[in-house]
Amino acid sequence: MNFHAVKAIYRFEMARMFRTAVQSIVAPVLSTSLYFVIFGAAIGSRITEIDGVSYGAFIVPGLMMLAIMTESISNSSFAIYFPKFTGTIFEVLSAPVSYSEVVLGYVGAAATKSVIVGTIILVTASFFVDLQIAHPLVMATFLVLTSVSFCLFGFILGIWADGWEKLTIVPILVIMPLTFLGGTFYSINMLPETWQKISLFNPVVYLISGMRWSFYENADVSIVVSLATTLTFLVACLLVVRWIFKTGYKLRN
Amino acid sequence: MSAIISITGLNKTYSGGFEALKDVNLDIDRGEIFALLGPNGAGKTTLISIVCGIVTPTSGQVLVDGYDIIDDFRATRSRIGLVPQEMPNESFETVFNTVSFSRGLFGKAPDHAHVEKVLRALSLWDKRDTMNMTLSGGMKRRVLIAKALSHEPDVLFLDEPTAGVDVELRQDMWNVVRELRDEGVTVILTTHYIEEAEQLADRVGVINHGELILVQEKDRLMREMGKKQLLLHLSDPLSGIPEALAGRGLELSGDGYELVYSYDTKGEHTGITALLADLREAGVHFNDLQTSQSSLEEIFVDLVHQ
Repeated sequence: MNFHAVKAIYRFEMARMFRTAVQSIVAPVLSTSLYFVIFGAAIGSRITEIDGVSYGAFIVPGLMMLAIMTESISNSSFAIYFPKFTGTIFEVLSAPVSYSEVVLGYVGAAATKSVIVGTIILVTASFFVDLQIAHPLVMATFLVLTSVSFCLFGFILGIWADGWEKLTIVPILVIMPLTFLGGTFYSINMLPETWQKISLFNPVVYLISGMRWSFYENADVSIVVSLATTLTFLVACLLVVRWIFKTGYKLRN
Repeated sequence: MSAIISITGLNKTYSGGFEALKDVNLDIDRGEIFALLGPNGAGKTTLISIVCGIVTPTSGQVLVDGYDIIDDFRATRSRIGLVPQEMPNESFETVFNTVSFSRGLFGKAPDHAHVEKVLRALSLWDKRDTMNMTLSGGMKRRVLIAKALSHEPDVLFLDEPTAGVDVELRQDMWNVVRELRDEGVTVILTTHYIEEAEQLADRVGVINHGELILVQEKDRLMREMGKKQLLLHLSDPLSGIPEALAGRGLELSGDGYELVYSYDTKGEHTGITALLADLREAGVHFNDLQTSQSSLEEIFVDLVHQ
């Protein structure tokens, strides 16, 4: 194991985060605060409770997941795409590092950023609503698993993308709609029966449901199914990354 | 001298079908400066990229210090430093951080003293806290060399190291390369400036259309393939080559004032003594003479156009 390389990549990426603190930390916190103001205060005054939880508190897990998923994809895709774009990727490709070490460095740093952002949002939320976390360990597990999984997904996206448009098209056209339709702001039980069934095809439903269960023990789907879905997504991303490095797809040719 | 890099039957065909390398066989000796010459698209960068692990070969084997570049990639890559043709840099990082990053990436523990030594050797120490994006082209090139040397490699690849660099800086770079060789580093450089190869290289390889067409010691190459010419400035113009000198292969300039005699540098007899005697006999007088030898550039052009 080339620990020095993993550490070098990790520190380099974390330094970038602190250099761009406004973009990396302040922006997601600000946008989440706005969600609280708009959905929590304005709409929350009309929808008082969902499954015995105040609307403001109900949306916290969903908002955390929304920020984590968006940040994870954005951070890790940019982290690997930018060296490709500038040409500095040659150094990583010519270094004595295995693919798992490269992933550990880049994805590890991006996931750390996501966990930091998620935690900051949780703290920010506590200023707006009365929060309770029934299962802190499960909450932390979902926080970390979702961060790592979506960072891996972003990493794949960054390797696949050969232009800035491709880099942004998936988060905007795929991830964002799935997140908004995945129960961030509502319980899918509130939907008509047909839409409830359709929603179950949206993988984000399982992630948000699992996170919400860790807070309030309320879930649209079983916690075991949520956890299994998250792990399946994580393993699928790992397999794709392994294939990319094994074949050199868009990297070594 | 033992080979530090051994390339056997190396082929590379890109996905589009372009054959960049065709059965390349080459040994690079430990501690030498090897210049790889070739026109654009000849396969120089592909060859370097394969040895460094950036491009996957289609077939063949490359050993670095006895280790296979695929099976033992950690051992081979940790011995190699690469200065690429382009000048990619982490624009928003400082010089010191970017060089330290490279050292870590290549598996070496942080060593402030070594990074300082490298930066001082390349006249970059004063710029250590400067962001890469604000450096001049020449300084950026130096940073790339510093990054490649940060992990103390045994082999250094320089892909067009002085492209776009001014004359003074080029001389400085050449001195750096010579110093590295003196410290035992094997240097492989590709260059369009044949003068650079002429100045630096111990051996020269010429690659064209993906095939390595020649590998030779530079001095021997210039001796064996170079032409030497004797130029005579005549006192009175000639209207043609005198009959007595017809068999000597002389060329007369358009104004009739210059006679050019080409001779073989490898030959036991150059024929100059006999020529001068014949000229005297024929009553041809000259007031000056000079000799010239083909440059490596002329030899290179001849080779790639054969």
